[in-house]
Amino acid sequence: MTNNATPAERLLAQADLLRQALPGDFRDTLVQTLYHEAESMAEKAVQQGGRKRWDWDSTVDRLLTSPIFGLPLMLAILSLIFWLTIAGANVPSAMLAEGFFWVEAQGVALFTSLGIPWWITGFLWDGVFRGLGWVISVMLPPMAIFFPLFTFLEDLGYLPRVAFNMDWLFKKAGAHGKQSLTMAMGFGCNAAGIIATRVIDSPRERLIAILTNNFVPCNGRFPTLIMLATVFVAASFPPALTSVIAAGSVVTVVVIGIIFTLVISGVLSRTVLRGEASAFSLELPPFRRPNLRQILYTSLIDRTIFVLWRAIQTAAPAGAAIWLLANIYVGDTSLAWHVANALQPLGNLVGLDGVILLAYIIAIPANEIVVPTMMMMYLGVGMMTDMPAYSEMHTMLVGQYGWTTLTAVNLMLFSLLHNPCATTIMTMWKETRSLKWTTLGALGPLVIAFAVTFLVAVVARAFGLG
Amino acid sequence: MTEDCATCPANASLAQMGVDVSNFDYLIALAGNPNTGKSTVFNALTGLRQHTGNWPGKTVTRAEGGYQFQNKRYKLVDLPGTYSLLSASQDEEIARNFILFGQPDCTVVVNDATCLERNLNLVLQVLEITDRAVVVVNLMDEARRKDIAVDVRALARELGVPVVAAAARSGEGLGDILAAVRDVVTGQASVQPKRVQAHPALESAIRDLLPLIEQAAPGLPNPRWVALRLLDGDLRIRQALLSGELSEIAARQRQAVRGFSRKIALQGAQ
Repeated sequence: MTNNATPAERLLAQADLLRQALPGDFRDTLVQTLYHEAESMAEKAVQQGGRKRWDWDSTVDRLLTSPIFGLPLMLAILSLIFWLTIAGANVPSAMLAEGFFWVEAQGVALFTSLGIPWWITGFLWDGVFRGLGWVISVMLPPMAIFFPLFTFLEDLGYLPRVAFNMDWLFKKAGAHGKQSLTMAMGFGCNAAGIIATRVIDSPRERLIAILTNNFVPCNGRFPTLIMLATVFVAASFPPALTSVIAAGSVVTVVVIGIIFTLVISGVLSRTVLRGEASAFSLELPPFRRPNLRQILYTSLIDRTIFVLWRAIQTAAPAGAAIWLLANIYVGDTSLAWHVANALQPLGNLVGLDGVILLAYIIAIPANEIVVPTMMMMYLGVGMMTDMPAYSEMHTMLVGQYGWTTLTAVNLMLFSLLHNPCATTIMTMWKETRSLKWTTLGALGPLVIAFAVTFLVAVVARAFGLG
Repeated sequence: MTEDCATCPANASLAQMGVDVSNFDYLIALAGNPNTGKSTVFNALTGLRQHTGNWPGKTVTRAEGGYQFQNKRYKLVDLPGTYSLLSASQDEEIARNFILFGQPDCTVVVNDATCLERNLNLVLQVLEITDRAVVVVNLMDEARRKDIAVDVRALARELGVPVVAAAARSGEGLGDILAAVRDVVTGQASVQPKRVQAHPALESAIRDLLPLIEQAAPGLPNPRWVALRLLDGDLRIRQALLSGELSEIAARQRQAVRGFSRKIALQGAQ
């Protein structure tokens, strides 16, 4: 020890010295004493009654976490939730859209009769108001059904069972088993899922969980997926089957997302984030009867209103921006179409089109507004003033803009895989404090999204589809 | 809290203050194993609505709220669940740092009545570092359903600190928690926490290190715990000491605690 050692260094040196003088097993003894003490106290204070009732908890648990039925049951529960969401949201969504259209028509009429210039009327009503109306009618009903169901499962104690069922898959991918929990949180919101990765103690595995959280669709993206599934994929089936097929498509997308999560986790843990999966113990809590009021509050106020408000905040300026883009003409073409036309070749290459790519650029602040942005582009430019019902939307997109099933499928895939929203990217930065990993987390998915949609387009076109 | 509870005599003097944690008289930490209902207790006392969820690891940041009881203002901090004070993941570190260095006036350790033995490990570790603690045996309703009886008096005798039986979900025992916390912070309760007797050689080694710790990190709360970790060869604590981070953490805990932190209360951000 030198004389200019800091107090901290002197302290550590002394600690090392003292440690050598201690009996070798002092740590074990210490921990054992603690456990022993806890055990003897519990013995004195706790009495387990002999009354043995039929234990439905463990019966249900054995089923839900069984190696054979666990995963299929999980998919069944997920399908049921989506089916309820889609079947239940259809009618209120249409009613809301109709209501907003009516208000918009009245507003436009009023402004026109007052002699207000057309561009103010257009900007406020066809731009800002229509943006809001779209977001609320497309998003509110599904969220108001999906969130309470999800929160119910959360409060019941189902999420750790999901983690348990999927643990072996994540282990195979070289990732942490708890990643299935953070992935499940990602269904609610990817930014929340990324914050939840704090439960993973290994930095390597935590980084994998952060980078791949985006591959499960968040609640901002579910309405997009649900709409596409309803309008396009399910449209070619008999009406009676519509909601079932739509739910099935959304579940398929979710499963694809989970597969991507696992594959990318595996790739990361074998390349840049090499390492062994660490062992952990996961506690399966008892099932608890959820508190109805708590569920409604959490799901409706904290989640639905929160997400909706975020969407509204971005939808209003986005609506205004689109209206401007669509109404400022350079030559005889609007600015919007100039950009869309420039993006068209790239869009076409991946089975989408220029308008869709432009919508994704405008929607970077919040994924919630992709579909509304897209529709406003098509509608605003197509001289249509009303918000069409789902069935009219199908006719319009297929008839006027050349959409095919390939477009719908690729749009769903793109929506699933593309870059995370601005909030999520910010969260990645806050949690990792690393420019490198944040960039990878933001751009990696985008590259994957383009690669996958490109491959799908090539294959589909080779078979004469799309 | 349910309506019945708000009007029952025990709670008549409780006022939930939500995120208003200004000018508080006492600082209370809410600790415990994961998934024992800490957030439920927190919500019931503060009137806030922190998300609760039935899975371990739900709370990863700390949330703060306030309540007023018999004209005293309390600031309550809901911590992420932790099985021990020795562990390392980030959420657990938040809990550990606060319990160790945040210097709460009282630490309420929430326990799951249905697996008390495992929960008591944390209680004993907390009692190693503070005597101002209240032990809450929560989820009594679940225990009854499983035909498990907990003798809280016997437990209080063993632990040497107040023990309260509760079922926070239905509001059961909340009044007792309030009273027990009051008694501890005002010194009305006699607390003689159970300390696990360490090996005599270990005790003397700890005594040797204490003055050195005071030199290296002056004013650090719980130097005894730090000494123990150093003797154990805890690498993170070593690094924290060398980089001066340990003193910094301790200082930050105190600072954060004294400030009015609406942001923390609203977003659970630290």
